[in-house]
Amino acid sequence: MAKSFSIKRLPGFSTIAMMTFFVLYLPIATLVAYAFNSGVSVAMWEGFSLRWFEAAWNNDLVIEASVRSLKIASVAAVLATICATLAALATTRTAAYRGMTFKYAFINLPLLVPEIVTAVALLIFFSRVKVWTGYSGLGYLMMSHAAFCVPFAYLPIRARLESMDLSLERAAADLYATPFKAFRYVTLPLLWPGILAGLMLAFVISLDDVVITEFVKSGGQDTLPTYMLGQLRRVVTPEMNAISTVFLLISLAIVTVFFFLSRTPEKDNG
Amino acid sequence: MALSAAQAGEARQKKDIRDRWLLSAPALLLILVAGVGPLLIVVLYSFLAPGSYGDVKWEFSSQGWFNVFFARDIFDDTVSLADAHFSIFWRSIKLALGTTVLCAIFGFPTAYFIATRPPHNRSVWLFLITIPFWTNMLIRTFAIQELIRTEGIINSVLLKLGVISAPVQMLYTDFAILLGMTYVHLPLMVLPLYASLEKLDFRLIEAAYDLYASRFNVLMKVIVPLVKPGLIAGSILVFIPALSSYVIPRVLGGGKNLMIGNLIELQFGQGRNWPLGAALSVTLVIIVLFAMLYYVRNAGKAGGSSHG
Repeated sequence: MAKSFSIKRLPGFSTIAMMTFFVLYLPIATLVAYAFNSGVSVAMWEGFSLRWFEAAWNNDLVIEASVRSLKIASVAAVLATICATLAALATTRTAAYRGMTFKYAFINLPLLVPEIVTAVALLIFFSRVKVWTGYSGLGYLMMSHAAFCVPFAYLPIRARLESMDLSLERAAADLYATPFKAFRYVTLPLLWPGILAGLMLAFVISLDDVVITEFVKSGGQDTLPTYMLGQLRRVVTPEMNAISTVFLLISLAIVTVFFFLSRTPEKDNG
Repeated sequence: MALSAAQAGEARQKKDIRDRWLLSAPALLLILVAGVGPLLIVVLYSFLAPGSYGDVKWEFSSQGWFNVFFARDIFDDTVSLADAHFSIFWRSIKLALGTTVLCAIFGFPTAYFIATRPPHNRSVWLFLITIPFWTNMLIRTFAIQELIRTEGIINSVLLKLGVISAPVQMLYTDFAILLGMTYVHLPLMVLPLYASLEKLDFRLIEAAYDLYASRFNVLMKVIVPLVKPGLIAGSILVFIPALSSYVIPRVLGGGKNLMIGNLIELQFGQGRNWPLGAALSVTLVIIVLFAMLYYVRNAGKAGGSSHG
């Protein structure tokens, strides 16, 4: 007898899927493995060592770029999350009103414009502003990062709001809470996981950005990704693997927390 | 004051809408100033004359747009079509389409595999797909570079096995760009496909088998038409960023194998021809808009028949 007939089975599909998962992780796994290579090569294994992590740690350029990345990502993520939270409150849990679809589309617009075009536009715009104001600090990078992070922060906050029950806020209003108090003591605590998820998403997105940063940054404002992009043109040592590994771990940690935050919308109000 | 209840209700509603505009103002303003507003300046710049050290001269000029399509010979002033630009645009479209097809070929079985797992396992598989998506794109590109470089792992393994006698040049070719773009964009295809496949009604497939359909026919005539909205959404999500890639061709294509994104960057860097760069950017946006339009029209058609 042949195997029992399953209507869900399509021959070869599971094999291709397994292969895809394998290929998805093989390059990353190799990259991480060679970060621990004691030799100079990124292809010949010469034994385990932490020397490249040490080298990266002692490389002032790497540390400076990392600190700058974290600074920009923190400010941009907070700014984007505040804007996104307010916008989400303004575009959910109401009958459709004039302009709501426009707002929704406009907030998501940065996702649709090719990044390279936005980068060029910001380069042109900010190069003017720099001449007018004489200011050439990190503010430009923070602003542009915040702008493209808004749609990412908006997504989980909006989702959370839409799954929330209006009756609790109505109850608060019935008990003579002012709109602000109802928001502060009822809506905000319920919305918090969504806000946190949005904040993390925005943080990771900002941390990862290469293209817009590459065009907007002034001299000496390399972030970790643009520093790495510059290095990739030269002969690469496992130091790059070490930097990448640490970077991957940070992203992974944030994304894992995000995953659990956005997974349980109903359990955590107890 | 004798406001009727209806009037009061209307006033309250008006205030509510005004409050909602106030609430969304910061987000809209931020995106306008540091996101999409400057795009209008790009359009303006595409009609100005290039300055001698980059930037522009404030006078109207159609040179930027002229240079997108035509090239003027420096010596005898003859005008010919800008072959270099056309070939880069054509290559970019070919590579982006190739990426989309490859992502569909590998993404569809993967999404199907995830959708047919028991429900409590699915989120784990999905998580495995999304992890690479949230890790830095540059790092993933770098990982591919390491793997396929001449003295990289793939070449050394193939050499040891005796499959090849000399290292194969894979890095800095179109193959490398295609591989990198497929690798980086695959999750964008799997996720919308999964969303469609998850809703798939397997009773329809059962019915097809009852009517003696072969597995191939079930796949092509039942499953694929049903998940068409997901397939189109995934294709657009892959095609648009692939077409406007900048980092991947720069890292994996070396300096020679340019795509539109690199051509644009060139005009703002060494080329010092900002109006041409601006005109090329607008051209890219127009191509993307057409792709979106195609999506909206087809998703409307496909969505109507299979989803409520």
